[in-house]
Order: sequence, then structure tokens, then C-alpha cells
Amino acid sequence: MTSPKPLEIPTMDMTSKEVLRRIEVGGDMLLNMGPQHPSTHGVINFLVQTDGEVMKRAIPEVGYLHRSLEKIGERCTYNGYMPYTDRVDYIAAMFANQGWAMAVERLLGTVVPERGEYCRVIACELNRIASHLISVGTMAMDVGAVTPFPYALREREFINDLLEELCGARLTYNYLRIGGVAFDLPTGYEEKVATFLDHFEKILDEFNRLITYNEIFIKRLAHLAPIPAQMAIDYCLVGPNLRASGVKFDVRKDLPYSIYPALQFNVPVGKGEMGTLGDAWDRFWCRVEEMRQSCRILRQCLAQIPKGGEIMAKMPRKIKIAEGTEAYSRIESARGDMQYYAVAGPGENAWRVKIRTGSFTAMGIIDALSRGLMIADLVALIASLDVVAPEIDR
Amino acid sequence: MQEWIDSLIRGWGHDPATWPWTQFLYLAFMGLFAFIVINFAAISAGIFSWAERRVAARMQSRVGPNRVGPFGFLQWVADAVKLLLKEDLVPAEADSVLFRAAPYFMMVGFACVFVCLPFSHRLIVADMNIGIFYIIAVTALIVVGIIMSGWSSNSKWSLFGAIRSAAQIISYEIPGGMALMIPVLLAGTLSTQGIIRAQGGWPWQWFIFDNPFSFAAFFIYFISALAEGNRTPFDLPEAESELVSGYNTEYSGMRFSYFFLVEWGNMWVMSALATTMFLGGWQLPFLSPAQFDALTGFPAVAAELASLAVFAGKTLFFVFVVMWLRWTLPRIRVDQMMNMCWKYLVPASFAGVIFVAGWMLVVHAVPWLGWAMRFVLTGVATVGVAMFALRTMKNLRDTGDKFDFSSNW
Repeated sequence: MTSPKPLEIPTMDMTSKEVLRRIEVGGDMLLNMGPQHPSTHGVINFLVQTDGEVMKRAIPEVGYLHRSLEKIGERCTYNGYMPYTDRVDYIAAMFANQGWAMAVERLLGTVVPERGEYCRVIACELNRIASHLISVGTMAMDVGAVTPFPYALREREFINDLLEELCGARLTYNYLRIGGVAFDLPTGYEEKVATFLDHFEKILDEFNRLITYNEIFIKRLAHLAPIPAQMAIDYCLVGPNLRASGVKFDVRKDLPYSIYPALQFNVPVGKGEMGTLGDAWDRFWCRVEEMRQSCRILRQCLAQIPKGGEIMAKMPRKIKIAEGTEAYSRIESARGDMQYYAVAGPGENAWRVKIRTGSFTAMGIIDALSRGLMIADLVALIASLDVVAPEIDR
Repeated sequence: MQEWIDSLIRGWGHDPATWPWTQFLYLAFMGLFAFIVINFAAISAGIFSWAERRVAARMQSRVGPNRVGPFGFLQWVADAVKLLLKEDLVPAEADSVLFRAAPYFMMVGFACVFVCLPFSHRLIVADMNIGIFYIIAVTALIVVGIIMSGWSSNSKWSLFGAIRSAAQIISYEIPGGMALMIPVLLAGTLSTQGIIRAQGGWPWQWFIFDNPFSFAAFFIYFISALAEGNRTPFDLPEAESELVSGYNTEYSGMRFSYFFLVEWGNMWVMSALATTMFLGGWQLPFLSPAQFDALTGFPAVAAELASLAVFAGKTLFFVFVVMWLRWTLPRIRVDQMMNMCWKYLVPASFAGVIFVAGWMLVVHAVPWLGWAMRFVLTGVATVGVAMFALRTMKNLRDTGDKFDFSSNW
């Protein structure tokens, strides 16, 4: 083997990353985990400072998937931006749609018709199940169990079929419109969703038997990287990551929007059942339970949805809003509290669009949690936080 | 083997002792046997690669390879041809000599095991009197190949995989080897055929049900064999979600295929060894080894084929169990893997050897106790299997039939 080149002394013209790679590591090995690593869930890089199997720390390096989505939002018309929001989080595109639609509706003061709201919630909750299926499946795969992942994908495929029937797309839906939804539910859609739910709730039990209560799986994830409640709040964790630490905060319950006040559901919080409160197993379990709650919500929606009626509010052809009007929307996405901030511009587009996503803040906590973990645990930790690369970078 | 060749030549009406060049004849036969055995190893590994993909696909409700040949059976041939035609890439910074040599070390360590592995009553290349010892010794050569490949690749991921593998294989050889010593104690010989002959055709005559410690030893051996073969839940050296692909990350083409040939071929080795040591090998019911030896003519051929089928059946069942485990279980962490070995398996296997020795003294004094224990253990195992089947059926009922989502549901 050729001997490695001696370390260069950092100079002024080196980029910060190059300096980081030479200074902070010292005598340890620096491992670039990513951006093409199979288990970083997209193009994310982790600079892992390690001395053998046990890491000293892992520094997340984001930005590989930055597509200037917020800037695009300032150049597009309000309606024209809707397909772009799909790309904010392509695993759960419906929520990004909803956040943007709600932000612009608040700018305009539009009220969405009730049937439209129900269509939105049905689509969103189906999408939440699909997203959580990907999350728990990939988490099991990162821990080494390959079989739960195809099981999860198989179920997700049914949801994809349902959503395809609803809006014609399977991944980037572009289903919501400002003021309502694009299409009404097709004929017989309620029965199909109900059939799927009957099937899916049994599958969830099977999934639990297969992996959630598997002894090796519990041994791997219990006590792994526990996040105390205060730490979770300090690091701005949202969604299942926050709730797994025992903090009962769900935007659907605490800052209700849409028709969620009319629906009965529980917010599953971590209990430290298998280990410490807020450990990786709790985060996994929270997602599994949330799927069950989503099923409950869907059943109520199917029962309560008004028969017939408008799905779109009366909207002007060109949306123009008084310059400087501000609006803020918060929704509970599959990855937690997703927030849109929009300031209306002079023409048909916004001055400023800001998207706040759950994955980005979840990346911030990895450095703090990774100290002293093993490399295998880092993979499980990333998966348990359910970070999705496009949502981090936008 | 030598006697067999001699008797063959005598059967043709010659006396090999009068030939000046018999040694060359023996050498030629050795070459022939080596060719047959290596081909068996390679082809079985290839077929297992197809079988594993089909099994995995069934377990994951997928289809699996089904295009090349009936049920996709020729997929492994297509894969092998593809891998042989691929460019044999050596990374620029790699140590090219070690990098090229590493797969051969693995192949040698793997192929040499087949010398002592029995297939049926007479079918064995060499029934050495140190058979088990030899098998344990040559399998250790695999780890040399793994470390060489990991180090010479000059990749951090490969190095991680290699170091993990070295720690894992060397650790698990101890409980695995000690567990194999228990049948050796019971049989009083290291020869693989001798150990099979000391057992019988019925389950209660197998060494696994001989006493509680040999029952435990079987599981210790099986766990250790999984670890030595880098199979899930011990596939840490090639954990693709952690280490990209472990020690073989930088390999391509034919050299890459060697690593997987060894991995899949090892499934036969570990299962055949379990069958030999604990599960009565090729023994047939109603036919003691002495009666078997005395058979001639057509009954001998038929019994030989039956014993081959029995041995292959048991072995293939365990090959399936290994696949089954792989597609069911998650992977354990490296510290848990080490804990399990040094804190539990090693003490348990040592204790087992001592207890079995004591048990043999007890049985020597009170012979009926040995038979009673055999029947009790067989009964316990039967009940366990029945309970497992009932539990599986209940789980299937709970999930219910998967309804037909096809045809525009």
C-alpha cells in the first residue's frame, strides 16, 4: 500500500470543509459516511470521527440536495408553486401541499368547503400511513432485517394505488389547490379505503409480530440514543421524534386546523416501554401507533364526509394579495410540525416564502447524540429520526 | 481412497502392486476427486444463490428471479457468466498482489473442507481419522482471505468489515469447536464417518437427543456456524446498511463472485457438519452400519442412494433454516455479538463438554438412564415443533387471507 500523504497545514484559501477535515479529527480516523452511503436516506454526508467501532462524533453535512425551493416560491405564482411543494418532501408530498395551500388561504382569507377539507384529510392521512411505512421499513432494514421493508412497501403500494385513483399521481401528487382540492373522490372510493383499512390493521399486527417486538430488534434499539423531553424541546424536535420523548404535542390536537377538531384520535407518546424514555425503539413504536391512529381518523372521515357539495371555494383566476400581507401556517406532517411563512408581494407572487421542516432540526441533534455511539448505532439513529434528504435541504 | 482404487483395479483383473506407476494413478484419481468436489461446491453454491433469492422473494411476498429457465433456475448460470465477463477492477491505491490473492485464500479454505465432508455411506473423498480437527483448521483460512481483502482494498469500509470479521470468526471458532467436541466425546473418534456410525437412523439415536448438554451443544454449534459463515444475524462483516458491503466493497467481477461463492457454499458446509455431528448423518432406520457394510449388489446401491438422499435432505433442510433466519432476523451489534460469544457461548460450551463427560460415566453405570433421556428429549423436541406449528397457524389465521388486490381492486 502506498503510504498516505502527510496532512496539509490549513491555509487561508482552503474551504471550511477542508479545514474541518484536517483539524478536528486529529489522530482519529475520519470516515465520510455518505453522500452515496446506502443508509443515509438520501444524499446526506456524515463526517464520522471514529477510533474503531466506537465513534467520537458524527457531524452531519447537509446541502447536497438543495434546490432553492423557497426562492422558487418567490418567483412562481401562488398556484404555480403548488407542484414544487411536492418536492419539499417527496415521501409525504400531500402535507407540503397542504401547508402551502393553508398559508395562501390565510393570506386571502378563503374558507375551504367542508367536503374539500375532508378530501384533504383523507389524502393526508393516507399519505401519513405511506410515509410512516417507509420510515419503519427502512429503519428495520438499517438494523439488518430486510423483510419488513418489502412488507411495508407492499402496503404502501396499495396506498399509492388509492392516491393514484384520487389524483393521478403516485409520488408527487399536486392534489391540493388553493381553496380546496383538484378532484372529488371517485365513485366507490370510500368502500375501497375501508377495504384497505380492514386489511391494513391486521397487517400492522403482523408487522408488530415480525419486527417491533423482535428480541434482537429490541436489544438493538432499546436504550439507544435516548432523547430526554427537555433536550427534544431544546433541539426543536417535532412530530414522532418529539412525542417519543414523552412530550404530547401534536399540531392536529394543540393548534387544530382543517377538520381535525371534529375527529377523535389519540396522540401516541413514548413510554420507555422497552428501555429508556425517548430511545430509538420508542420512536419506532410511535410511528407504528400513529399509523393505527391514522386508520382511526380515516374511518371517521369516511363516515362523516358530507355527501356531495363543493370541493373548491370560489377563487379568482389570478390571485392578487395586498403587498406585505403575512401568513403563517402550521400542519402536522408525517415528519412533524411543518410550517410555511409567506409574505405577499406586489404581483401574483410572494415576497418571501419560508418552509420549516422537521428533518432539518432532527439533523441538528445527531451530533449531540452520536458521541460514544457505535457506527451501527449511528445508522439506526439516523433512521429512527426519519430524516428525508429533500426535506432537510429543500 | 487408495484401497478403493486398488479394489477397483483388482476388479478389472490387474494387481496394482505390480504396476510401477500406481502413485501417478493415485495422483490422477486425487485430481479427479478434487475436480468433482470443487465442482460440487461451486455448483451447489450457485444453486443456493438462486434458492436463496427465491426463498427470500417468497418470504417478502415478491416474485424473485423467474425469467431465466424454469422458475428462474438458470439465473445463477446467467449471473456467473455475467460476473466472469465483468472487468476485474483493482483500485489504483490498492495493494494489488494481496488484493488479487485474497479470494483464492477464501476459496482454498472453503474447498478443502469438502475433503472430509461425508455425503453418504461410502461417498467421501477421504475419511481421515482427524476429520473434525482438519475441518476446524482449514475453515480458519477463510478469515485470512477476508483480512487480506479488507486490508489490501485500502478502503475504510473494507477495513471495518475485515476487522469485524476477524474478531467474529476467531471468537466464534471457540464455542463452535467446543460444541463439536461433544459428539466427538460421545463417539470416541474424530473421523466424520465414525461419528455418524456411532449414531443411528432414528431421531432418539442421534447425538442431539443424547443428553441435555448435547442438545444445547447443537444450538451453540449452529449459532457459531452462522457467525463463522457471516450469515444474519451475524452478517456484521458485510452489513450493507452500515459498511456499504464490508470487506468485498472494492471487488468486482470474478473475484467478487468468489466471496459470494464461499458464502453460499458455506451454507452446505455448516449444515452438512450439523447433520454429521448431531443428526445422524446418512444413517437409515432399520439398517445398522454393520448391516449396511454387509450389503452387496442392487440392495447396496439402493441403500447407498437412500443414505445419500437422507443426508442431503437433512442438510438441505438446514440450508433452508439458514436462509429463513437471514430473511427474518435483524442484525446484532458488534458488542452484543462479542458479549454473546464470550459471556454465554464459550462458558456454556466448556461446561457442556465437562458435563457430557460426566454424563457418559453415569450412563456407563446405569445404561437405562441414557435411553430414557433420549426418549424424553425426543419427546420434548416433538412437542416444541408442534407448538411452533400451532403458533404459526394461529398467526396465519389472525392476519387472515390476503385479499386479491390485483385486477383493478
